[in-house]
Amino acid sequence: MTTPIDEDAGAHAHDDAPRQTSVRARTRTHREPLRRQLTGWLFVAPFALVFLAFLVAPLLYALYLSLYRDALIGGRRFVLFDNYVKAFTDPSFIEGASFVIRFSLVLIPLQMVISLAIALMLDTLTNRFMRTSRLLIFLPYAIPAVIGALMWGFLYSRNFGPLTDVFGLIGQPAPDFLSRDLIFAGLLNIVVWQWAGYYMIILYAALQGIDPTLYEAARIDGASTMQIILRVKIPLIMPALVLILVFALIGTLQFFNEPQILRYLAAGTIGPDFTPNMYAYQQAFSLANFNYGSAISFALGAVVFVCVYIFMFVTRKRGSFLS
Amino acid sequence: MTTTAQTSQPGRTASTTPTQRKPHPYLPMQVLLAFLVVYFLIPFWWVIVNSSKNASGLFGGSNALWFAEDIDFVGNVVDLFSYDNGIYLRWLGNSAVYAFVGGVGATALAVLAGYGFAKYRFAGRRFSFAVLLGAVMVPPTALVIPTFILFSQLGITNTMWAVILPTLLNPFGVYLMHVYSRDAVPDELIDAARVDGAGEFRAFLQVALPLLRPAMVTVLLLSVVASWNNYFLPLAMLSDNTLYPVTVGIGQWQGIASANNAGGTSLWSIIIMGALISVIPLIIAFLSLQRYWRGGLSIGSLK
Repeated sequence: MTTPIDEDAGAHAHDDAPRQTSVRARTRTHREPLRRQLTGWLFVAPFALVFLAFLVAPLLYALYLSLYRDALIGGRRFVLFDNYVKAFTDPSFIEGASFVIRFSLVLIPLQMVISLAIALMLDTLTNRFMRTSRLLIFLPYAIPAVIGALMWGFLYSRNFGPLTDVFGLIGQPAPDFLSRDLIFAGLLNIVVWQWAGYYMIILYAALQGIDPTLYEAARIDGASTMQIILRVKIPLIMPALVLILVFALIGTLQFFNEPQILRYLAAGTIGPDFTPNMYAYQQAFSLANFNYGSAISFALGAVVFVCVYIFMFVTRKRGSFLS
Repeated sequence: MTTTAQTSQPGRTASTTPTQRKPHPYLPMQVLLAFLVVYFLIPFWWVIVNSSKNASGLFGGSNALWFAEDIDFVGNVVDLFSYDNGIYLRWLGNSAVYAFVGGVGATALAVLAGYGFAKYRFAGRRFSFAVLLGAVMVPPTALVIPTFILFSQLGITNTMWAVILPTLLNPFGVYLMHVYSRDAVPDELIDAARVDGAGEFRAFLQVALPLLRPAMVTVLLLSVVASWNNYFLPLAMLSDNTLYPVTVGIGQWQGIASANNAGGTSLWSIIIMGALISVIPLIIAFLSLQRYWRGGLSIGSLK
């Protein structure tokens, strides 16, 4: 599938991406009649209201709350960064944060290699089998994370799962993916299963947007299939790769649904402070510790924002997607 | 995987004549892909098979990946929809309301704002757009607890609005609509409409909107999926179980069933059936809207 974007990219005499708006755009701003400027604002206004109400206001409020502490005696008290100091010295928060970071470091490369490999395979050949495979591999994206985690929880389970039978055939004890040692792998599998298809579709669409004559030109120059993949295909889909990497990073650092659901099945393995988000949830809703919960939320949001921002800055020359 | 790709012929040009060369030059790759498809389908298969079992079939130690002697599919459906006065149907209805109202609302806001950013030069545009791009990187779950506290002071937690209103926020949707409007709606076309005497809003409705349809369907689908699959937000906002969406409802059942492992055995068969039925609406939506999202999902990742 091609989209109008790649059909007429470059056909535009003036591209008005914000980064490129230099002198010309600034002078245009002044030339635009006031009435039309107002219309522009009217188009943006409804979203701007929602943005202020449900993003800016909660963030500022979280920041405000995180600077206070509620005590039974003495009421609300300004404590500046005490909650943050507490969070960054709290073993629960540190362990949760280090878990999601370790998890991202393993998950993201694995997921990208798998989705890229599938996309490259699907790009080589088009027939009914390939088309059906593409759709079926994408299907888990439509499944709520809660249900996906539940399904895999069943498959891992001693009571319902097939692992005992399957490993019984070769006379081995079944691995318990809900145990302390293997929960990392168990969660890894669930997240890859859930998202690889979505990322694959994005990469596949980007691969299909490449002009096939480039491959012929490379082949005439003596390039092998592997060289075409590494030197032509991958560089050309770099913006798509950056896009999915950013998605994966944002998604993984706020890990919540899957461990929250498996918590019941994997009793004793997944505690209420397994990830920072679960810890914030526990602090706010089980312990009514809203100030500390807000501080954890805000710290997590800030960490994700900074990580992604640094990443975008580092990769900006490679053709970042937000440009 | 890459080694398999290496042995096969590259490019679309070669794919037209594979049968003339060797019998099956792509066979190893297709076999590998078939294995992957099986992996991606295993959980679905397990749920379909086990939704047909009763408690004794589930716990009786029979084959977990094959049907039991007595298939009790209908019985489980009846049990599911009659349990606790048919609360499951209510959860499905709630999910549909949250997904539909939230999804349509988020899409409408995204289309308007994306088009506004792409086609108008107004004071503060560059700054607002930079803020928007920053917002794409803010993890939505970081907003849940502060939003909950704000809403509780306004007294609107534990209402449908508490779930719907925050889902209207979709910065990535605005970004997608901006990119698409910029490239798919020529300025000349809008100018022509203006010359013909159309107002700004009429030019948008009658000239631009039809051109934006593929991106709109994509943003709508992404928003609907995001709200249908949402768990953290409704879990935090709602305490009345008649307002739960299906994700929170099934999560709660699963917690109950796991807590009393012995007494909860009858609950497991309706949980499995509930999981199966809850995934059907979105699968149907994706299969029937394929032709739109297949192209649309790549918006923003192409240069």
